[in-house]
Amino acid sequence: MSYFSDIYNGIKTLLTGMSVTGGYFIRARKGSITQQYPDNRETLKMFDRFRGEVVMPHDENNEHYCTGCQSCEIACPNGSIEIVWDRQVDPETGKKKKMIDKHIYHLGMCTMCGLCIESCPTDAIVWAQNYENSVYDRKYLTKVLNQPGSKVKAGIED
Amino acid sequence: MNIPLNITKTIHDWLFSIMPEGVATVTEWVIVAAAYLALFAVVGLYLVLLERKVAAWFQLRLGPNRVGPWGIFQTMADALKLVSKELTSNTKIDKFLYNLAPYFVILSSLIAIGVFPFSRQFQALDINIGIFFLFAISSIGVIGILLAGWSSNNKFSMIGAMRSGLQTISYELSVGLSMLTMVLLTGSLQLSEIIEVQRTGGWLIIQGHIPAIIAFMIFMIAGTAETNRAPFDLVEAESELGAGFHTEYSGMKFAYFFLAEFINMFIIASIAVVLFFGGWLSPFGITDDITWFPESIWFVIKVLGIIFLMMWFRWTFPRLRVDQLLTLEWKYLLPINLVNLVLMAIIIWLNWTI
Ligand code: SF4
Ligand code: SF4
Repeated sequence: MSYFSDIYNGIKTLLTGMSVTGGYFIRARKGSITQQYPDNRETLKMFDRFRGEVVMPHDENNEHYCTGCQSCEIACPNGSIEIVWDRQVDPETGKKKKMIDKHIYHLGMCTMCGLCIESCPTDAIVWAQNYENSVYDRKYLTKVLNQPGSKVKAGIED
Repeated sequence: MNIPLNITKTIHDWLFSIMPEGVATVTEWVIVAAAYLALFAVVGLYLVLLERKVAAWFQLRLGPNRVGPWGIFQTMADALKLVSKELTSNTKIDKFLYNLAPYFVILSSLIAIGVFPFSRQFQALDINIGIFFLFAISSIGVIGILLAGWSSNNKFSMIGAMRSGLQTISYELSVGLSMLTMVLLTGSLQLSEIIEVQRTGGWLIIQGHIPAIIAFMIFMIAGTAETNRAPFDLVEAESELGAGFHTEYSGMKFAYFFLAEFINMFIIASIAVVLFFGGWLSPFGITDDITWFPESIWFVIKVLGIIFLMMWFRWTFPRLRVDQLLTLEWKYLLPINLVNLVLMAIIIWLNWTI
């Protein structure tokens, strides 16, 4: 007897599937998800989850959140991040402490895995949503994330 | 050999008035052949475009839209590209069979297209065993596929071709039996006569009600399998076999296989239209009395409807496994079909047709 119920269920499920795709077909004209790049280059905006490249945001005083802890450098599976740091005297407390000199990021080696951003204890680095990353020379892909003359925001290490 | 050519009487008379009979006949053959080749190319190319557009809409994409307005020249550009490409082949192929295979596939579909009555006048070949002829011709294509798989000397091609063989042989049975069910109702194998029957009695799918609808469903399933389209595209299952039987082909030879698939789809849809939906007859006979009305419009509309249904199948259903394919045919379609045939016979015997 399951023979006939198999046929019935088979037809029913096939029709369910067809009604779903048929619905998409009818709505396709309005809900098309295709971006006609580069025609809409001016207006195209990437969604928040998009992983363009790793950047380090700076506030208006040219201060960032990076303490130089090197978590990101250790977390990166393919060595795309190098932190150049040294110990300097903190002008406020007068103590010696670790500070970054350069946060070097090799975009050409990065696989966009996001582990560095996950591992950063102070959320100093985030994803940027830019998508036109091609350049004519490999050297442009090695970037220094902290801006020249920037310093760590006070109190971030506490 | 005197083939009855009914394509527009006027051209026929005009040709015979300006030339001796023998020359006129040959000229007419050439004209008809050229017309069908042109039709073939246009149908093939635009079905490819339609398929891509429909697929895009099913997946919320836009589809080809760059070459010409709405991309209508896209497939022509593709065809030009394929024509200009190098015909590559590997060194271990069986040369003769390798080159022969595409022609088998394309010729079988070309011959089949000749017997369809596109309108009252537009039919190249109105033989009295039309359905039988179609059925016989459409099976030749699979020889081309088998040859292609065998001669390519490639395991994937071979597996694809063998799958095609087993699939076509199995589903041929269902196609044939469901056609036979409808032939019971018309009492004729001649395509023009099948349409004449429907002029007075309504479309066959209405005349034959329940068994006709079952036959139509079986025909659509088996017909989709005949054309090797998804969900029955085990022959060229991309994820398993590369491109299946035409992996080793390039350029125009590949294009032949590719076009033949779409022409076959057109053929299956045309058979369905003739057998179930009244061919070029208009719905409710609204234009049957207007003599100047191009009836082929109705034919084309109906064919496009059926083709859309097949595309809908393709973009909805996942591909079957080989064992599922055979289970579907031998355990479900074939017994249902046989019962359906008897049911149709009883309905005709008791005069229960509408
Ligand atoms: S995203 Fe991954 S690969 Fe790229 S720098 Fe961060 S950890 Fe390294
Ligand atoms: S970016 Fe974050 S994880 Fe990397 S060194 Fe700076 S604070 Fe540490």
